Amino acid sequence: MSTEVKTKESLFSKKNQQLLKDPFNDNNPITVQVLGICSALAITVKLEPAIVMSLSVMFVLSVGNVIISLIRNLIPNRIRIIVQLVVVASLVILVDQFLKAFAYDVSKQLSVFVGLIITNCIIMGRFEAFALGNGPWKAFLDGIGNSIGYGVILIAVAFVRELLGSGQLMGAQIIPLSWYIDMDKGTGFYANNGFFLFPPMALIVVGMIIWAQRAKNTKLIEEN
Amino acid sequence: MKFVQNIFDQTRPLVEKDGKRNILYPLHNAIETMAFVPDHTAHSGAHVRDAIDLKRTMVTVIFAMVPALLFGMWNIGRLHFGAFGEESTLLDNVIFGAIKLLPLIIVTYAAGLGVEIYFSWKRNHPVNEGFLVSGLLIPLIMPVDIPLWMVAVSTIFAVLIGKEVFGGTGMNLLNPALTARAFAFFAYPTWMSGDKVWINTTSTEGSQLVDGYSGATALGDLATTVGQGMGNPATETVMAQFGPEGTYSLANAFLGLIPGSIGETSAALILLGGLFLVFKGVGSWRIMVSFFIGGFVMAAIFSAFAVNEFMGLNPLHQLMLGGFMFGMVFMATDPVSASQTATGKLIYGFLAGFFGIMIRVFNPAYPEGIMLAILFMNVMAPLIDHYVVEANVKRRAKRLANA
Repeated sequence: MSTEVKTKESLFSKKNQQLLKDPFNDNNPITVQVLGICSALAITVKLEPAIVMSLSVMFVLSVGNVIISLIRNLIPNRIRIIVQLVVVASLVILVDQFLKAFAYDVSKQLSVFVGLIITNCIIMGRFEAFALGNGPWKAFLDGIGNSIGYGVILIAVAFVRELLGSGQLMGAQIIPLSWYIDMDKGTGFYANNGFFLFPPMALIVVGMIIWAQRAKNTKLIEEN
Repeated sequence: MKFVQNIFDQTRPLVEKDGKRNILYPLHNAIETMAFVPDHTAHSGAHVRDAIDLKRTMVTVIFAMVPALLFGMWNIGRLHFGAFGEESTLLDNVIFGAIKLLPLIIVTYAAGLGVEIYFSWKRNHPVNEGFLVSGLLIPLIMPVDIPLWMVAVSTIFAVLIGKEVFGGTGMNLLNPALTARAFAFFAYPTWMSGDKVWINTTSTEGSQLVDGYSGATALGDLATTVGQGMGNPATETVMAQFGPEGTYSLANAFLGLIPGSIGETSAALILLGGLFLVFKGVGSWRIMVSFFIGGFVMAAIFSAFAVNEFMGLNPLHQLMLGGFMFGMVFMATDPVSASQTATGKLIYGFLAGFFGIMIRVFNPAYPEGIMLAILFMNVMAPLIDHYVVEANVKRRAKRLANA
């Protein structure tokens, strides 16, 4: 522990910027690490819950990362998972209560999935892999970066699913109602694609995002 | 012929590797293989000589589908004119059917081949004949009144997600034609089920639908009896249709004089196609026979323990309705997505038929349980093969140890 190694690193050094940027593409939690898929399938039918979910995860992950990072030297190794769970659970309860108080409708739509943020693999994954071994500022950046990477995919999937599945965005009708086929009157030419309302289609959309991403970013392709 | 050959020969240098238009090579190659027998030969190694190649296999299946296709065409017209109580000749029916069916076929081929050609161009390999059969199967398993763009979207989805992501023809996990139908079924349920799409009722000069007209399919009607119990007077009118004099009588169902997806109705002509496939050695009799037995066993179990009229239907009658026969002959036998081993084929076929009837009867919301069952067994086929091969390895290892 010599002092000369401890040259002060700037807040947004190259390395720290990388913490923010990496999860966006090269190390995206959903499309590359394939974590947090469950919520990507469950709450992406509409755009609004997906955005709220992304913000909630961003809050839980960044604050949780900082807390874990602050107490990382105090946590006994053998019970670290329990300690992490306590931290996540408290934060999720905060989010849950907050949503119930200020965004009741969305909270209803998200229902059990707010509580299930606790089991979101990304959160425990980042605690284990990053917060336990890095300082609070870095952990914070890592949390923000990963939740943006998560949120971008979530919102992209929800955008496609709400637009094609319900013809709406954020609950507002985008595709003109006069386009819709009316079988009795024999007018219109368009119909919503009901398949996009089912979770399997979310999986296929995520798969296609992965496909497009790997076509652009060839270093992600594994050799086999 | 010589003249056509000359055109291909003259344009070939243009599209070959160093040619000016080499971007068009896959297209040139595709049209040429379609027009002539390709002169590709293997250059090294011992190989089996066989006249059957991918193209011949595909064309054989197409021939096998022709009876069901023509019948479907005629049936479209017959049902249309019948709905208005109008007299129509055989020719009227066929012409009306052709006007409805040909656009479906053209749209399917255009959409599917478009994706295929794009991918073969991207991946730099010749276009192959894989889509020929799927492109004809898809219109045959669609209702007549489905909007064309829905068929196109379903076809593109099926070729893209059902086939090309796995590496193209011969690599697909799922039957592409059934993938298209499953997609359409879940995406546009209003146009894939119910009682509005199976019979075309666009009227011409103000003609009226006949009294008591119903556009439902036999399975749709049967589904209404679920939850009513056996011998309930409320279901009597429905069940009368399944009697020897009714619209859905066993004879009508066998001949195909019932509403349904375009090509699926006529069990007789589908079986004829099936016999042709088996005779030509293209379709697997193991799958067809075990598929039939599987469905029959399930239907017999249901009718033995029937709690509603749907379950109580005569097992043979049950198998003649809906897509069972079509699935058995043309869908389950797809050589790529089915099991490869002989024993595996028996297991695969049996379970597909068994589950098909099970889904149909237990969940009347999915009258096309056959489609879901075959897709499910497509996914299971490699697993079945794995265990069949393992068992064989074990058996032989044992024999070696004893010897």
